[in-house]
Amino acid sequence: MNWPLLWQYTGANALLGVLPAVIGLAIALPLGVACARWRWFYVPVLPLTTILYSIPSLALFVVLIDYTGLSNATVIIPLTLFSLCVLVPNVVDGIRSVPQPVRQAATAMGFGPLRRLVRVELPLAVPVIIAGLRIAVVSSISLASVGQLIGVSSLGYFFLDGFQRDFPEEIYVAGAAIIALALVCDLLLVGTRRLATPWSRG
Amino acid sequence: MSFLSFAWNWLKSPAQWHGSADIPIRILQHLGYSGLSLLVAALIALPAGIWIGHTGRGGVVVVNVANAWRAIPTLGLLVLMVVLIGFSALAWLVPLVVLAIPPILVNAYEGVAGVDPGLRDAARGMGMTGWQSLRKVELPVALPLIMLGLRTGAIFVVATATIAAEIGLGGLGRYIIDGLSQSNYAEVAGGAVLVVLLALLVQVIFVILRFLIVPAPLRIQARSDG
Repeated sequence: MNWPLLWQYTGANALLGVLPAVIGLAIALPLGVACARWRWFYVPVLPLTTILYSIPSLALFVVLIDYTGLSNATVIIPLTLFSLCVLVPNVVDGIRSVPQPVRQAATAMGFGPLRRLVRVELPLAVPVIIAGLRIAVVSSISLASVGQLIGVSSLGYFFLDGFQRDFPEEIYVAGAAIIALALVCDLLLVGTRRLATPWSRG
Repeated sequence: MSFLSFAWNWLKSPAQWHGSADIPIRILQHLGYSGLSLLVAALIALPAGIWIGHTGRGGVVVVNVANAWRAIPTLGLLVLMVVLIGFSALAWLVPLVVLAIPPILVNAYEGVAGVDPGLRDAARGMGMTGWQSLRKVELPVALPLIMLGLRTGAIFVVATATIAAEIGLGGLGRYIIDGLSQSNYAEVAGGAVLVVLLALLVQVIFVILRFLIVPAPLRIQARSDG
């Protein structure tokens, strides 16, 4: 086993998996807030997320080769789109699940719409948003390895190398590394949720 | 627009529509692999999910295992099967089934477990046995989520069947994988367009199926984190 190479590709895989979730969240928050506020805005967005999510990752990767070449962006952009498909509905559901009396209490305390959103609605939506983020980051880390088929390096390198050289250990190690990476990110998110929602700890 | 023009030129060339590996045959292969895998996965996951939802035992385990399941890398599972047992039907069927089971299982479980307890009580009060209550009350109410699970499973299977061309499976992924290895970008683009169209077709089929199978009052927008 080539350990330096394993570390290098684990880092690459982490980047390809985490960036889409982070960028996705940055886009999904304003988009989700808009969808929660204006119902008509959500009507076309929801089916769009379903349609986009059904497109195989490999097809999106090869479509982008023409525009972004063999750079990391070719993998990051489709995975960001997939993350959006999970995150936007979760942000909307999270905000909508805030009970009406809570909203009214915030208004009665003199909160304007923006302050109510930032100080009351979004904090209460954190558990649902993080649930979506966990799905987005774990699937992105796992799917990033498919980028190897178009030549964007990740732990998927060991899958193809192990396949060509008939070397199962290489596949086990890379597979274990991907699962470990995903579980570490998942645990970090669970920890973040605990820190961000002190009221939910019994 | 060069991508679409590449794809269009490739798609309209007669060479793609005649011969032993033409587009209609590749589409049928793709649907065949996907359909078989989905069927096997449904035969395993539906009874299990429905039963766990009905008895209410083991639910927490199901949800958490399904969550961790997402981390399993598709490509790794495919190549591992070939390296371990060689290329055979089992080499692609096992990974495809493995990937389709969690969404079907979780949604069937959540659908049945989420039935309003008042409904169960009413069924019991009308003199139904547990089995009758499951068949006549709980299953119809759970249908939207069960269908959602099958649809998500179908999406996973169609996508994974595309990647499985790397280990030698037929279907539409062949065009992408072969095109990439021969640097034939037109073939890659054409294959990608076909895969996208097929994925959308599968979605449409499930929308129609839902309309036909799910009773009208239950046709709310079901959604979960499949």
